[in-house]
Amino acid sequence: MAREATAGILREDVAEAVSPVSAFGEGPPPPSRPEPVISNARLGLMMFIGAEVMFFAGLIGAFLVLRLSSEVWPPVGQPRLPVWITGFNTLVLLASGVAMHRAWLAAAAREQVRLSGWLLVTAVLGAVFLTIQGYEWVRLIGFGLTMRSGLYGSTFYALIGLHGLHVLGALVWVGVVWRLARRGRYAAGRTVGVETCKMYWLFVVALWPVLYGLVYLY
Amino acid sequence: MSEAAASAHADHGAHEPAGFWSHYVFSTDHKMIGRQFLFLGLFMLIIGGILAMLIRWQLAWPETEVPGLGWVPEPTMYEGIIPPSTYNMLFTMHATIMIFFVVMPIMVGGFGNFLIPIMIGAKDMAFPLLNMLSFWVGAVAGVLMIASFFVVGGAASGGWTSYTPLTGAAVYTGVNWGINLWVLSLFVLAFSSLMGSINYITTLINMRAPGMTYFRLPLSIWSLFITAILLLLALPVLTAALGMLFFDRVFATNFFLPAGGMPLLWQHLFWFFGHPEVYILVLPAMGVTSDVLSVFSRKPIFGYRAMAYSMIALAFLSWIVWGHHMFVSGMNPLLGTAFMLTTMVIAVPSAIKTFNWLGTLWGGSIRFTVPLLFAIGFVSNFVIGGLSGIFMASTPVDIFIHDTYFIVAHFHYVVAGIIFAMFAAIYFWFPKMFGRMTSHTWGVVHFIGTYVFFNLTFFPMHFLGVGGHMRRIYNPMQYEYLEQFGDMNVFITISAFCLGLSQIPFVVNFIWSLFAGEKAPENPWEANTLEWSAPSPPPHGNFATQPQVYRGPYEYSVPGVEEDWLPQDRPLGAAAATGH
Repeated sequence: MAREATAGILREDVAEAVSPVSAFGEGPPPPSRPEPVISNARLGLMMFIGAEVMFFAGLIGAFLVLRLSSEVWPPVGQPRLPVWITGFNTLVLLASGVAMHRAWLAAAAREQVRLSGWLLVTAVLGAVFLTIQGYEWVRLIGFGLTMRSGLYGSTFYALIGLHGLHVLGALVWVGVVWRLARRGRYAAGRTVGVETCKMYWLFVVALWPVLYGLVYLY
Repeated sequence: MSEAAASAHADHGAHEPAGFWSHYVFSTDHKMIGRQFLFLGLFMLIIGGILAMLIRWQLAWPETEVPGLGWVPEPTMYEGIIPPSTYNMLFTMHATIMIFFVVMPIMVGGFGNFLIPIMIGAKDMAFPLLNMLSFWVGAVAGVLMIASFFVVGGAASGGWTSYTPLTGAAVYTGVNWGINLWVLSLFVLAFSSLMGSINYITTLINMRAPGMTYFRLPLSIWSLFITAILLLLALPVLTAALGMLFFDRVFATNFFLPAGGMPLLWQHLFWFFGHPEVYILVLPAMGVTSDVLSVFSRKPIFGYRAMAYSMIALAFLSWIVWGHHMFVSGMNPLLGTAFMLTTMVIAVPSAIKTFNWLGTLWGGSIRFTVPLLFAIGFVSNFVIGGLSGIFMASTPVDIFIHDTYFIVAHFHYVVAGIIFAMFAAIYFWFPKMFGRMTSHTWGVVHFIGTYVFFNLTFFPMHFLGVGGHMRRIYNPMQYEYLEQFGDMNVFITISAFCLGLSQIPFVVNFIWSLFAGEKAPENPWEANTLEWSAPSPPPHGNFATQPQVYRGPYEYSVPGVEEDWLPQDRPLGAAAATGH
């Protein structure tokens, strides 16, 4: 194509004044792509957790707006939520977070027996949490608190139920990692599978005290 | 040539899958997934376009028989006449399909997938399998949306914004499963977008070629980066709101219903997602436009960093302006003023971008190719749409023009104007995507028809709106004060039909070029960015060797360099460069 005829006004001016080194910095690249600071799996999971935070922020925002615009909360005639037993349950879930952290330390130290042991403790504590939650829901439904019994019930089951679903999903994940750990998958020091599982588990654990405080105590 | 490329790739351990299914259907290759998204979007564009034509027929010649549609069964149509319930369905589904299944799949899904790895010098995405899932989950969402046309009661008819309480219970619209499927479809689509955005961001942070610093990324990649962050954080809020809406409809809860709940809450949640969504749609268009303008002006983009920072500013501002959609919904006037001010601030980064585009063109050695024409078309429509946006941002004006055709004119200039950037991108990257050139002549015909009839369709809508013509009304002739606009509505409709017919050259050109177009060379536009260093179309794995990046993407007409372009991956040897 006709390149020689295309010298514009600016181009001639610039040619006088500026060297060909551009604003972007001319220069040789490093010999190879540097190792990423955060690996793909960790980065991907961090973003997934970010999206989850926005999902729950939407739900919590809706809850707060509905809660603050109601004159009486909880509404008259609705059953009280089980504060003490759920408080105990909160401790169970927090303990599972500690267990998961110990599992991760064991994985980093390449201690396979302790890794699978602490994963099992995590999973059992998570299962205990879900069982107590489920039992309490059955009792609350018996007392007449359902999705349809008004905003109090709707917001309760939406927030607490969706958190429960997330715990269930995370529990399956912990179970899979536990099985893989028993088979020695992480013996060679490639522990990113344990780490991503830990990150997600700690997310569902850390989310719970916020929801407990807002829905049960506030 | 392909054999040579393939053997070169074998050395790098990237093998192209051989079978039909793994190559064309369940492909994990980012380029094939990008093409799949492109075809999905183009297919849906036809459906969305036909719905628009039906809307226009009803507005020009209300309650008359639509030619050729006498066969449509009742109650969708009565001997070809569109009833009010069907009219509601038409504009709802037109908007939903155009936004979620045309612009998003083509600009974000299609070009995002095709361009991100190859323009940053990577072999593929960070998570190729997740990428494939993203497309197929998106396709399921599309099937659900199309299926909603065929359920009893018809498709969703509560507007694309789906305001409650109208959509909160089936009794208000008479549409039960149509809206339920609408909710489910968008819910599923959210997962597709989530997978896509995680992939884009991870790829962009971790997979850039050596030397490809953030400020050497092409602006289309910057725009997709910011879009992915917006998608990642905005869509979950819609997902939460859709979940609650679904509970309201199916389990009879009261989140958004007046009996105990708050109808206005839906509007807040929807627009908290909805305004970032506007930028999810328009940012990739801005990025593509920047690249195309620079290439065909043979000049560096004017104000590269200002372009990147202004996109970041737009993304940030998009989170704090959602209230401007709700000025007449009932809001504390002080809060309305706050939203008015934050919205006005958006004019600043938008103006920076517009002036930088003009500055890029100024004094350039412009090559009037089809992509350039469409990019200029996008800029000119964006100026009109942006300026009318300032009218609406101002509460005293908005109270007068809210929910009128002025709004319809505005968002078609911005959002439907994206179609110009979309066509620019298709014509620009067609040689790379499909290995063949498109016809220049038919491209110009397509541009002229689209540009002229686009403006003849949407510009008069400003006058309708100021004259009090409400949007979404079934039959304007039922209002005495709107009878004067009958002729203008006929004019708009004829223009809209011509706009539709103007797409025929595109379809013919696209299909003809796909099979019989001239073979594309590696770098037909003499552009700098990395994708033009790969073969057309690029093989599995994109590059024979890992590209090394030496400079930014817009080094056109560099003094002292013989050619007027300087690819990002070409080292400046002693022969090529002379330091002045």
